Formats: sequence, structure tokens, C-alpha cells
Amino acid sequence: MARDSQAALVALNRFGFGARGGASGDLINAASDPRGFVKAELARPNGVLLEAPGLQSTPQLGQAVFAYQDQVKQAREAAAKAGAPAEAATPADQKPGLRRNLSLNAVATEIAGQMAEAKPIDNKPTDNMARPDAMQPNVAAPPAAKPAPQPLNVIQKTFRAEALARLQRATLVECGFTERLVVFWSNHFCISASKGELARIWAGAFEREAIRPHVLGRFADMLKAVEQHPAMLFFLDNQQSLGPESRAGQNRKRGLNENLAREIMELHTLGVGGGYTQEDVTSLARIITGWTFAGRQGQLGTPGSFVFNTNAHQPGPQTLLGKTYEATGLAQGEAALADIARHPSTANFVAVKFVRHFVADDPPPALVARLRDVFVKTDGDLRAMATALVDSDEAWKAPLTKMRSPYDFLVASGRLLARVPEDPGAYLNGLNLLGQPMWAPAGPNGFPDTAAAWAAPEGIKLRLDIAAQLGARLGNSIDPLDLLEFAAADAASIETRRTIERAESRQQALALLLMSPEMQRR
Amino acid sequence: MMIDCVENRLLTSRRGLLLGGASFAAWAYLPKFARAAEGRDPRLVVVILRGALDGLSTVAPVGDPDYAGLHGSIALTADGAHPAIMLDSFFALHPAMPEFARMYRDMQAAVIHAVATPYRDRSHFDGQDVLESGYAGPGRVQSGWLNRALEALPRGERVSSGLAVGPTAPLVLRGNAPTVGWAPVALPQADDDTAMRLVDLYRHRDPALASVLSQGLQLERAASGNDMKPKPGNQVAQMRQVARGAAKLMAADDGPRIAALAFDGWDTHANEGGPVGRLAFLLGGLDGALAEFESGLGERWRDTVVVVATEFGRTARINGTDGTDHGTATVALLAGGAVKGGRVISDWPGLKPANLFEARDLKPTTDLRSVIKGVLQDQFGLSDRVLAETVFPDSASARPMKGLVT
Repeated sequence: MARDSQAALVALNRFGFGARGGASGDLINAASDPRGFVKAELARPNGVLLEAPGLQSTPQLGQAVFAYQDQVKQAREAAAKAGAPAEAATPADQKPGLRRNLSLNAVATEIAGQMAEAKPIDNKPTDNMARPDAMQPNVAAPPAAKPAPQPLNVIQKTFRAEALARLQRATLVECGFTERLVVFWSNHFCISASKGELARIWAGAFEREAIRPHVLGRFADMLKAVEQHPAMLFFLDNQQSLGPESRAGQNRKRGLNENLAREIMELHTLGVGGGYTQEDVTSLARIITGWTFAGRQGQLGTPGSFVFNTNAHQPGPQTLLGKTYEATGLAQGEAALADIARHPSTANFVAVKFVRHFVADDPPPALVARLRDVFVKTDGDLRAMATALVDSDEAWKAPLTKMRSPYDFLVASGRLLARVPEDPGAYLNGLNLLGQPMWAPAGPNGFPDTAAAWAAPEGIKLRLDIAAQLGARLGNSIDPLDLLEFAAADAASIETRRTIERAESRQQALALLLMSPEMQRR
Repeated sequence: MMIDCVENRLLTSRRGLLLGGASFAAWAYLPKFARAAEGRDPRLVVVILRGALDGLSTVAPVGDPDYAGLHGSIALTADGAHPAIMLDSFFALHPAMPEFARMYRDMQAAVIHAVATPYRDRSHFDGQDVLESGYAGPGRVQSGWLNRALEALPRGERVSSGLAVGPTAPLVLRGNAPTVGWAPVALPQADDDTAMRLVDLYRHRDPALASVLSQGLQLERAASGNDMKPKPGNQVAQMRQVARGAAKLMAADDGPRIAALAFDGWDTHANEGGPVGRLAFLLGGLDGALAEFESGLGERWRDTVVVVATEFGRTARINGTDGTDHGTATVALLAGGAVKGGRVISDWPGLKPANLFEARDLKPTTDLRSVIKGVLQDQFGLSDRVLAETVFPDSASARPMKGLVT
């Protein structure tokens, strides 16, 4: 097959995280068989899983938070006894009581202030850029390589280690299609790390445990894994929701909280207008009462693990979307979720979102219909849906009009520069600055997914500032025209090529390359 | 340790805000009549509270016999350690809002109660779309009612205050009329030459990005030299800070006259709190922001109207977790020297079970569009027809409310 650089751009940018620099040969490989290049990753379902030394399970992490909170409390009590002010007992960044009411923005502002001195990606020597081993991660390196002014607590350390593992994976994978799928589903079923300490420590584990195993599996399985994950139950308050007629509800005079039930139907499955009513929301809220996680005392089970608390569960059969679910405890909710996953509205909602993410803000209706049919016929087989997308003509013919999100942009830049992060700090700072803080969207609807949302004056200007910083740091030892070959080869426009050739310095040329339409659009 | 979604939503806005749980954006032009008219130089600030404000906790109908039972553990009372502030014999203001209470006494603040947009479902995202777009239903609309109102105003000179690069404008102010905003950041900036080369490349290859980047660069140039960098602080401090910055900009002779702010974090599903607690904390921030506008605008306060609105209210009865779920009618607040204040305007529907909307929410008796149309008409002289067809399409039945502005 003839080499088709334009199709290679689609393969790498629309479906993946962009071409890697160095000796990867990504663009050449993608050009010789664009579809095959993208689909190769779908054949390796285990490749979606993320296991790295030191990454722990949700119960282990929950217990670490409980232990940390106990320590802080004891230190505070000891200090109070000794007559010292409580603050003196713990380092400034380890005071959860204070930190809870601090806005993350304040933190982001602090970080932005440090950005001038921060190393944009990492500080490895750049003379070995062309060697393939430049792409090997230093897995043995500790996640936080830079000495911090204050020691990080277990929550911050975990968050950074999880972020680093994800960033390294994204930088190293061949095409990046499955990693893009992970990011898509993780955003569809998002939680926010800024909900609190448990959410922050669980954010990475949630994605590893509830999203990744099902990205090439069944939607219904992902849905169940998500809604039973302690991070989601915590994020949308379900651990507080009690059946009004349950024993706990009666004893404690508390009751329902609709938050999770509503977002399951509105954001996770049926979508607004998907055919449910307020009655259905309340009914589902009753059905999933008792879905919680075991607390620090472990009365219900291993602390930090999902448990079904019969005492909190609303007794009796419930009617949802016209069907009655008998009182079968945990199975009642599982049956309801399984039916919602199969609902025609869910197939439609998911297909529209999927095509909008990968192809165009206004998704081509014929393609949406085809993916919806695949979803229905295969009972929500997500690999089949991804395959159908890659097999479609629309996905290859539609112009590259989507904007890379800040995450896509930073990862694509790191790949092209062949720099495997050893510290996530610069990425996390950049994401905060560009409005896409890692695992922390502002609401349960996740980050926006339209070109307009990311192609805003502020955002583009800030990207340019970041690109200029990268250019200033790295431009000296890089030939931007070589990088243009890696990134786009003869699919690059004449104007982009000329702009880079005529730049007044290599630093400037690198900044312009990173900001070129070839690097910004996907 | 229970932390619910409120705190998460304090942190960043839903709409791609870069720094700050509060955002500010303004029309890039002066209305032409502003300078010509002697004496009066009207200003309008629209404050959007995202997440659905509990109107029954903000301005509590303590005179309604059903209120205390429905709002239960979080109900406000006129007595006790933290008494609500009686606005009249029936309604009481949340004790976290002493500044608004003072404005109310000075006849410079008013409350509209049992108010709602035409939206009757309970999705935040659709509710916000209706609130901000001004259309009768949700849809993928890309312009807001305030922007369309600006298009109907005669356009004068460009504002030239120290406006920094702004965050994405909230939907209410998005559209054809150009806007500027403000979100300070501390990052070394690309030099002009690099920027111009990139603009040139975009002009040839990607005109949409060329326009976006040019706007970003222009705004930044206008902003250089300003000292309004945010300082670390909590949400309340940030709300005040954004308001202070906005007021400073708007007080200038060549500063913006019409602006919008969005504050996030009002989705109080659990542990909402009564006279003290989470909602009290947020309302304190809002109250502080209003006070910042009053002091920052100085002489201009007398020509100012601040409209505070939210996408919908919350359930009349508290839920099982001492919070409130998504509801329907709520309050809108007006503050400013130009407001004909000292009044709670309400066709009170009552809180008897039969009077509640769908047996759970405060029933809407006033259309929020009537309130906003009234303000736009009195402040800027927009006609009934423009208001009913362009600004709020298909809203002829929601007549502009008269006499909200002095």
C-alpha cells in the first residue's frame, strides 16, 4: 500500500496521541497501513491495564487515608495537650482540616507562580534524542524526584504516582488509541479529586480498577464497576443516602440523597431526554441505597472496599422505567443497572458522545446510527464499537477540526520531544493552568469535548506561552525540521514548513511547531 | 469525614475556567449613550450562581406555617443564636448576608421570590443553558441573552481599562458581541514576534485559531501593568477578589459597563447547613462580593444594578442527608443604587403539599425572564419587541416587570 501521510495524521492524531519523536518510525508505520496501525492496539486487551510498582488497590489506599487522618488527629491532640498551637504539630501541607476549605485554585495559583522556574517536562540531556532507548521510562525512579519544601503526604504522593504512571503510559504507547479510549471513558464516568482526600487518593485507582478493565469489554460491566466503586459512591454522596424505611434510616432519621441516581441516568447512561422522569430518579435512588464502602472501623467489611449495607437499603420492590424490581437486596440494583445499560437511549447517548469525541463536534448522523446499532447488537461491546469507528469511512474523511484538549496537547508534545516524564509536576501544573486539572473536572459531567471549549482566546494564548517555554528550554538541541518530519512529514502544510524554516531561532521554531495546526488539531 | 459535591464545585467552573472558582467577563465596548447622556451612566452586572441556589434558605418564608417543617434541621428562624434578618413580616434573610440586609434597608436591594426560568426539569447543565441562553428550552445554543442584548445597544468606544486575558466567557455573555475578561496568571509569556508569526501561520492555515489567538493577545496587551493578581485564599476570599477587580475595572470612565460573573458551588445535596454551615459560607462570599461592588464602584454605584440568578431552586423538603435535591423555583436578588429596593416581590404560592410544584418544589409564580427584561428595559431602554424576540426569544408572554429600577 502506498504511503499516505494524510491518513497517518488521522491515525496518529484523531485516534492516538500523535507521533513519537526519536526513532519510533510512527508516522512511516501509520502511513503504510493507517487502519491496521490504529487497530493493532485493540487486539491487546491486557495492554489497557495499568500496573506499576507501588500502585495500590482502593481498600489499601482508603486505609492509608484513614491512618493518615488518625495521625494528624493524634498530632493535633498531642500539641493541644502540650499547649502549642495545633498548626505547629503538622507541616503546613498536612493539615486536612484547613486544606478542605482551601480552594484548589489557590493552590493552582501558587503553582502558576512557580511555573517560571519549573522544568517544563524534565531535564534529561537531549543529545540522545534520536536513540530508541530515549523512550524508555526510568521506572525505578521515585515518583517525586525533586525535593519538595514540605514532605508530601500519602495522598499527594499517591496522586502524583498515579498521574505519573498514566502520563508515562501515554507517552510510551505506540498509537495511543486505547489510552485515548481510557481518557474518554474516564471522563464520561468522571469523579473529581477535589471532592476530598478519599477522592484524591482514589482517583487513579478508580480509573485502573473500574474503567481500564472494561474499555475493550462490555459497557454494562463498566457501568457496574463504576457505580460500585467507592470513589464514585463517595463523589456523588451515595454512602450518605439511606432508605427512609431502612433500619438505619429509621434509627438515624435520615434518608435519600438523589445525587448518584440522577447522574447515573443523566450523565452515565440515558442522557437528558432519555425517557426517565423524576419518579425514576427517586426510584433508582431508593434501589441503590446501601451501596457504600466500609469505613475505618470495618464494621461492614474491609475498610475502603465496596459493601452492600442491608441496614441502609430501602426495603420492598421498586418500579423503574416501567419495570418492577423485586426486593433482592444488592441484586435489585444490579438488575436495574443491567437494564439501563441495554436501554436504547443509552446506546444513542454513548454513540453520539463517542463520535463527537473522535470525529466532529457535530457528529455525522449516519456514523452515530451505525455505532448505536453495533452497541445494541453486541450488547454494548465497546471493542466492537471502537472497531466500527476505525472501520468507518467518515472517521477518515472528516477534516481534522477538533482541538486537542490540554491533556492531549501536553502528552503529544512530550511524545514528539521523546521525553518520558519522571516527575508529573510540570504536566499537572500545565493542566491546572490550561483549565483541565488532572482527574478534577468541575462537575460530574466531566471536561467539555468541543473545539470551542478549548479554542478559547485565553487557552490558546496560554498554550503559546507554554510552547515558548518549552522552546526556550529545549530548542537548543533539537532540529525542529526533523521534528516536523516525525510529526507530519509531507502532510505538513507548506505554510507550517515555511514558518518553521524561517523562524529566527530554533527555540522559536520549536514553539511554532508545537503550536502549528498540525499539532493543535486532531 | 463527609465532604460533598459543593466543595468540588467551588474549585473550578464547569465551563473551562482557568483559574478561580469565579469568573468575570464584560462587553468590550461602551454603550454609546453612556457618555452622551448627562448624569446617568448605567451599569449592569449579572451574577450567575451555578449549581442551583436554595432560595428557601437564602430568603426564608418564616411566616409560612409549613416552612419550618419542610426545611427541618436547616430551617432558618427569627430567633436563636443566629437569627435570620427579617425583611418584612413574612420573609427573613439568611444571617450570613448582613451587607445585603443593609442595602435592603437603604432601599438599594430587592428580592424576587418564587421565581424560575421556563425550564421545568432538573438537570444542572440544561438548567444553566436555559438560564444563560435565554431560550425557552435547552439546546446547543452558542449565544447568551446578555450578549444578544448588547447587540441591540448602540456601540461606542472600546473599553480600555486594564483588562487582562479573560477566561472563557460564561454562556450568558457569549455570542457575536465581542467580550473581554479577566483571569490573572503568572507565566512567562511568549514574545511578540513569536506570537505574530503564529498569527500569520494561522491566518493562512486556520483562520478560526487566528482569530482566537489575536483576541487573546489583544486582551493581554490591554492588561499589562495591572496589579490584580489573585492571592491564595478560600472561596469566599476569591469571590470578593473577583468582585473587587471587576468593580475596579467598571468604575473607570473608560471601563466596561456591562459584565457577567459566575460563581460555582451551590449544589448543596448534603449537609447544607442552616444559619451556619456550607451554604452560609457561600452566601457570606456572595454578600462580600456585593459589598465589594458597592465600595469599588464608588460614585457609579448609584447607576448600577446587580442581578443575581441561578438555574433553579432546590426541594422544599430537605432530603435524607440534611441537604436539598434539585428543585424548581428559587430567589433572584437585585442590588445597586439604581434598584428600587426595600421590597420582597412575590406572588407567594405557599408551601402546603398541594401548592408545591410536583409535590416537592417551591412553585414558580414569577418568570425570571420578566425580571431580567424589566431591568434591561429600565437600565438600557431596550424595547418590548427586542426583548421578546431577540434577547429572550418567544417570551412575549413574560412581560417586562415594571418599576424595578429607580
